[in-house]
Amino acid sequence: MKYFRLIWKNVWRKKIRTSLTILSVFVAFLLFSLLSAFGFAFRGGVDVADAERLIVIHKVSLVNLLPMSYLNRIAATDGIAFVTHATWFGGYYQEPRNQFGQFPVDPDAYFAMYPEFNISTEQFEAFKRNRTGAVVGQELADRFGWDVGDRIPIQATIWSRTDGERTWEFDLEGIFSTDDPRGSTAIMLFHYDFLEEARAFAKGMVGWYILRVESGADPVQVAKSVDLLFANSPAETKTSTEAAFAQSFTKQFGNIALIVMLILGAVFFTLLLVSGNTMSQSVRERINELAVLKTLGFGDRTVLGIVLSESIVIMLIGGLLGLGLGWVLVQGMAKQMAAFLPGIFLSPGAILGAVGLMIGAGVLAGIFPAVKAMRLTIIDALARA
Amino acid sequence: MSETLARLTGVSRTYQKGKEKVEVLHQLNLEIPDGDFVAIMGPSGSGKTTLLNLLGGLDKPTAGTVMVGDAELSSMSNSQLSRWRSNHVGFIFQFYNLLPVLTAHRNVELPLLLTNFSAKERTKRASIALDIVGLADRAKHYPRELSGGQEQRVAIARAIVSDPSLLLCDEPTGDLDRDTADEILGLLQILNREHGKTIVMVTHDAQAAEYAKRMLHCDKGTLEAKEVA
Amino acid sequence: MRAINQMLAVTWLNLRNLPQRVGSSLVAVIGVAAVVLVFAAVLSMAQGFERTMITAGADDTAIILRDGATSELTSGMSNEQVLIIADAPGVLKDGDQSVLSAELYVIVDVRKISNNTEANVPFRGVQSGAFDVRKNVKLADGRMFEEGKNEIVVGRAAQQEFVGLETGSTIRFGQSEWQIVGSFEAGGSVSESELWTDVRVLQSAYRRGNSFQSVRVKLQADSSLEELKAALDADPRINPDVFTEKEYYSGQAEGLTQFIKLVGYPLTILMSIGAIFGALNSMYSSVSVRGKEIATLRALGFGPFSILLSTIVESALLALVGGIIGGAVAFGVFNGFQVSTLNGPSFSQVVFDFAVTPDLLVDGLQAALVIGAFGGLFPAIRAARMPVAQALREL
Repeated sequence: MKYFRLIWKNVWRKKIRTSLTILSVFVAFLLFSLLSAFGFAFRGGVDVADAERLIVIHKVSLVNLLPMSYLNRIAATDGIAFVTHATWFGGYYQEPRNQFGQFPVDPDAYFAMYPEFNISTEQFEAFKRNRTGAVVGQELADRFGWDVGDRIPIQATIWSRTDGERTWEFDLEGIFSTDDPRGSTAIMLFHYDFLEEARAFAKGMVGWYILRVESGADPVQVAKSVDLLFANSPAETKTSTEAAFAQSFTKQFGNIALIVMLILGAVFFTLLLVSGNTMSQSVRERINELAVLKTLGFGDRTVLGIVLSESIVIMLIGGLLGLGLGWVLVQGMAKQMAAFLPGIFLSPGAILGAVGLMIGAGVLAGIFPAVKAMRLTIIDALARA
Repeated sequence: MSETLARLTGVSRTYQKGKEKVEVLHQLNLEIPDGDFVAIMGPSGSGKTTLLNLLGGLDKPTAGTVMVGDAELSSMSNSQLSRWRSNHVGFIFQFYNLLPVLTAHRNVELPLLLTNFSAKERTKRASIALDIVGLADRAKHYPRELSGGQEQRVAIARAIVSDPSLLLCDEPTGDLDRDTADEILGLLQILNREHGKTIVMVTHDAQAAEYAKRMLHCDKGTLEAKEVA
Repeated sequence: MRAINQMLAVTWLNLRNLPQRVGSSLVAVIGVAAVVLVFAAVLSMAQGFERTMITAGADDTAIILRDGATSELTSGMSNEQVLIIADAPGVLKDGDQSVLSAELYVIVDVRKISNNTEANVPFRGVQSGAFDVRKNVKLADGRMFEEGKNEIVVGRAAQQEFVGLETGSTIRFGQSEWQIVGSFEAGGSVSESELWTDVRVLQSAYRRGNSFQSVRVKLQADSSLEELKAALDADPRINPDVFTEKEYYSGQAEGLTQFIKLVGYPLTILMSIGAIFGALNSMYSSVSVRGKEIATLRALGFGPFSILLSTIVESALLALVGGIIGGAVAFGVFNGFQVSTLNGPSFSQVVFDFAVTPDLLVDGLQAALVIGAFGGLFPAIRAARMPVAQALREL
C-alpha cells in the first residue's frame, strides 16, 4: 500500500540498529524452525501414522515375544482386513554404534500393510525368491553406500544362530523409498523364514503383529476384541493404533514438548525485549516527525498503524530469513540423522505458526511505542522540539 | 475585500499548569478575509502560537468558536480535524520539520498520501509544487543535503501541495540569515498575490512583517491592529 | 600505569551514569541471562544423567555379559557359565563363597506419576550377593525380599517416580502378583530406578528357564580385572565381555548424554549469537547516548584507548551480571529437579536429577563474558574513533 515507502524508510532510519534487531529475530526463528523440526521427530511420526493400522504387542512389554499361532486367530476376528507380523532383530552393521531397525517379515504381507513403501517389481520379486535376501530403505542405502547386489553382514546382539555364529549375512536385492517426506526408510527388511530356520531359540515367536482395520470398522472396538481373545492367556496382548503406539515411546522421554516450549519461550521473551527496545527508541527519536505527520492530517490510528507496521516488517524480514535457513538446515539434518532420529521435518503447520508468531511478536514489540505515538498531542510534541 | 475565510469569535484558551490556571487567550475576536496576508507579532508567551494552533485545528478553544471556510473547528472531533487539515491548511514551521528519511520530492508528496490520487498523479503534483518554490533540481536530495533556505522551500512546497486555501507560518524565517529570509518571504508574497493563498504569519522579525498586508500585535492574550509602515 | 588509571576513571564514569541508560542495559543483561539459563538447564540434564549412571559404576566390580551384547538386555548366559565365572581367579571370596550376583531383568510397564503414561521400568532378578557387588546400596525401609517368594524391593527413585510402588502394596505384572516389602537406596545411582526380586522367582515367572543376562562379581583388587578376563577368555565354554562396572555404565550413558550435548551446545551457541546482537544493540545505543560525554572526556585529554577499554569493560560487566542471574535462576529452579526418561540401550527408564554443577556455572559465565566482550567491541571502536570536534558541536 501507499504508506509502504514511508514505513520502509522509517525501518531503516538507523541501519545498524535495525540490522542487529533483524539478526536477533533471524536467530530466534532459526531456532524455532530447528526445534520445531526436532520436536516433530520426537512425536515419533505420530502425524504420519496410519489411522487404520493397529499394533499388537505383548501386554507386559514390547520386549516380550508373541506366539506365531496368534496370527490366524487375529485374522479371524471381526473387523480385520488382514494381519502380518514383525520382530525386532536388533543387530548392527560393522560397529555397535551403527544400529538401525532390521525386521524379519513376510514380504508380501508387510508391503501390502505398508503401501507407502515404493519398490520396483523386479527388485521385489528377486527379494522374494532369495531366502537370504533383504531390502533396505533409501535413507539407509545412502548412509552406508550400499548398492543392490552387495552382501551385508549384520552382527546380531540378540539372536544367535543354531550354528553358533552371530553374524547374519544378507544379499541386498532391492532398495525402497517413500513419497512422504515425513516418513522414514532407515530400516532393513528380510525373510522371517530365514530367521525362524536359523535362530537358536524362541522358535515360533514374533515381536508384534500389525493389522489393518476394515474400512468402516471402529479401530478402538477392534483393538478391544483382539485383546479379549488373549486375555488370561500366558501371553496377553495390548493392541493400540499406530499413532498411540508411537506416542507411547515419545511420552517416555518425558515432556520433550514442554522443554522445547520453555526454551522457545525464553528465546522469544528475549527477542521481544530487544525488538521492543528498538521500537521504543525509534519512536522516542521521532516524536517530532510523528507530530508533523499529524499536523499534515495523518490520523491517530494511521500513525499507530505505521509504527506497528514498522515493527512487523522487522519481524517478517528477520523471521523469514531465519525460517529459510532453518528449512535448508533441516533438510540436511534429516538426512544425517535419519538413523538415530527419523522424521526430522519442518511441517507446513509449523511454518504457518512461525509466520503468525512473526506478526504477533511484531505487534507485541511495537504496541507500546505505537500507542504512545498515537496518543501524541501535536502541540506538546512540537513544543518539545 | 472578498469574503471572510477565517473567523474567531470570543475565543479564550486556558491551560492547567499544575495547580494554576493560565489564560493564554482572552475573549479574542479576529476576522481574516480570503486573500489576506497578516503578520502577528508579540512577545514570547503572548499566545501567538496558540492562536495559530487554533486556526489550524491543532487545538480547541476553551470558549468561543473558530470558523475556517465552512468548517466550525471548535465542534469537530480529532479525526474530523485531521481530515480537514489535510485538505484545507498548510503549516510552515521555524525548524522546517521535514522527514529526514525521505527525499525532498517524497517529503512534498507526503500530504497527498492521504488522498485518493494515483501514484502518478501524486508525483506530478509534488513536482509542480517543487517547481513553484524553485527547487525542481533538488527533488532527489535528502534534507541533510539541503541548506536551511532550501529546506524551508521544500516545507513550503509541502504546505501548498494539496492546494489549501490557508497557510499558517510559525516564525518561518526564525532560523535563516537575512538574505535567505528575504527570499522566503518573497516566495510567500508570490503565493499570496499570484496564487491567492491566505497567509497568517507569526513572527518576531519586524522586517518580515513588512512583507505582509497588515500587522496585528498580540499581547497578554488579546490582539490589536498595528499600522504597517 | 596512567593508561590503567585513565581506563578505570572512564569505566567508573560509564557505570555511574548507567541508570540513565537503564532500558537498553537491561535488555543486554536479560538477553545474556536467558542464554546462560537455557545453557545451564539443558546441560544440567546431561550432567545429572551422566552422574546417575556413573555413580552406579564401581572400579572393583566387574560385570560380565555375553560377547557382543550391547547391553544386559541383549545378553544371555547359562547357569554353567555362571558357575565357571564364580570359580575364576580374581573373584573376591567371602569365606569360600564367591561374592557375585548373577542377574536377569525384564521390562515391565508402570505408570509415571507425572503424566500418568506407562513407562518401561527394569524389573531385575538378583542373587544374595546383589548388595555386596554394588557400592552404597542399603535398605531404606521395610525388609529384604525372601528367596522363592513373589516379593520385591524397589529403588527409592523408582518409588518416587512411578505409581503404586509404596512399601506394603501389591502390584500385578501379567499374570502374577507381587508384594512390595521394602525399598533400597543406592547413592543416587541408576539402580534406584529398578525393582528387584529373587532371580529364581523372576526366571520362573517369565519362563526364562535357568538363564541369566549378566554376572556381577566383586574383584579381589582393582587389578584383578585382567586376571579374570584372561582366565575367562581362555575357557572355551564361555565367551564373555568383561568390563568394570564403571566402564559399562559409562558406555550405557553415552548415547543419551551425547545426544543432549549435541542438542545443547549448538542451541547455546545460537542463542549466544542472538544475545551478542542484543548486546551490540544496547552498547551502540549506549555509546551514541554518551556521545557528548565521550567527546568531552577526549577534549579533556583522555586517550582513545581508555574509552575503548572502558566500553568493553562496561559491556562485559553487564553480561557478567546477566550470566550470574541466569546461573542463579538455573540453579534455584532446576538443580535437584527429579525427572525420568527412557535410556535407549537399556530400553528402560532412568530416574535422575538435573545437576547444575559448578563446572556448568563457570562455563555459563565464560559464555557470558564472551558475549559481553563481542557485544562491546564494535561499539567500543566507534566510541574511541568518534570525531571529537563534531560531537562537541552537537551540544
